[in-house]
Amino acid sequence: MARITAGVGCSHVPAIGVAMDTGITEQPYWQPVFKGFEFSRKWIAEKKPDVIFLVYNDHCTAFDASCIPTFALGAAATFTPADEGWGPRPVPIVRNHQKLASHIAQSLILDEFDMTIMNEMEVDHGLTVPLSVMFGEIPADGEWPCLVIPLAVNVVQYPAPTGNRCYQLGKAVRRAVESFPEDLNVMIFGTGGMSHQLQYKRAGLINPEFDKMFLDKLTQDPVGLSQMPHVDYLREAGSEGVEMVMWHVMRGALDDEVTEVHRHYHVPASNTAVGHIILENKDI
Amino acid sequence: MTQKDYEDIPGTFVFDADRSREGYHLNQFCISLRLQKNRDAFNADEAAYLDKYPMTEAQRAAVVARDWNLLLELGGNIYYTSKLAANDGINFQNLAGLMTGMGVDDYRDMMLKGGRSIEGNRYKSEWGED
Repeated sequence: MARITAGVGCSHVPAIGVAMDTGITEQPYWQPVFKGFEFSRKWIAEKKPDVIFLVYNDHCTAFDASCIPTFALGAAATFTPADEGWGPRPVPIVRNHQKLASHIAQSLILDEFDMTIMNEMEVDHGLTVPLSVMFGEIPADGEWPCLVIPLAVNVVQYPAPTGNRCYQLGKAVRRAVESFPEDLNVMIFGTGGMSHQLQYKRAGLINPEFDKMFLDKLTQDPVGLSQMPHVDYLREAGSEGVEMVMWHVMRGALDDEVTEVHRHYHVPASNTAVGHIILENKDI
Repeated sequence: MTQKDYEDIPGTFVFDADRSREGYHLNQFCISLRLQKNRDAFNADEAAYLDKYPMTEAQRAAVVARDWNLLLELGGNIYYTSKLAANDGINFQNLAGLMTGMGVDDYRDMMLKGGRSIEGNRYKSEWGED
């Protein structure tokens, strides 16, 4: 049977991808950002996931304003890195576990989560930057070390799905994975955040106290954390900080009690507080 | 109209359905610049390219002027307007430097020192706004 063994929370700042793609990760500005992923790269190389279920948001790349699905599950065989306006990232094509993805889509819909199914989709930095920070530099003609099932969540047009809805969706993803007969080591990534505001006169907002509270409660009080209203994210963590709702999908798919094996927090990467956490289920 | 609980956050636009409706054609123009062939066409003849998008005169003027804050005030969203900025060689951080009025260098310095504090930046009343 397929099992979810661990969850990873991770920012997906586009400039982190640019730093890797242009080979400047050792510069003093970037070195502390990447130092926090040294453990993670060893960890994931040891744990060898077969599939990553990667929760992220599209940044007006694959989806324009004409169609705004709240939850869009990638069911295509492959996903090409998109040109977001400055050329596509030179990273490998993302390959799906198509059979598991379509099983999850069916299971979720019968479980009353009405997913949009994407049979063609390009993926932007929201998906590729978390893979890059966790697996390191891989040339465009190489291969990611595992298969990836993308779940794109609308956080661009208000309202994003609630934290509670995301948390409950995580539980449904777990039920779907655990009803798949193939023996697979599945990890789930929740990406985005942490505190940041990219727009207008309050741009540059960073709130380390909020971010620490979020990381602490993610491990210890995920149900309580999932009840936080959107306005608290918008006010306290910046208008783009609401991306953090996506971490609840990851948390919902894990055990009620988890082991926090790693945490990293650094300000700044461009406009953003970088947050990263690794949570393991206890009975793996 | 229903009271919006996020309208009292200073210096912030929450891109809700009302803003999305107002900014639709502006945002669709911006996202078209995601593709190189469209960037080439826009850069070759901005006016002709803009004719394809039925945005308001004010929105069109804000595009031509690259008035980044006005674009947001008129229904633009940052993930869309950033495509126009990227076309001009302006990344997210430098765009923020322009929108805050701080300038690129001062904004970058602020971020290196930990960013803009939440203290004094939660409510419009703290900014002396309604």
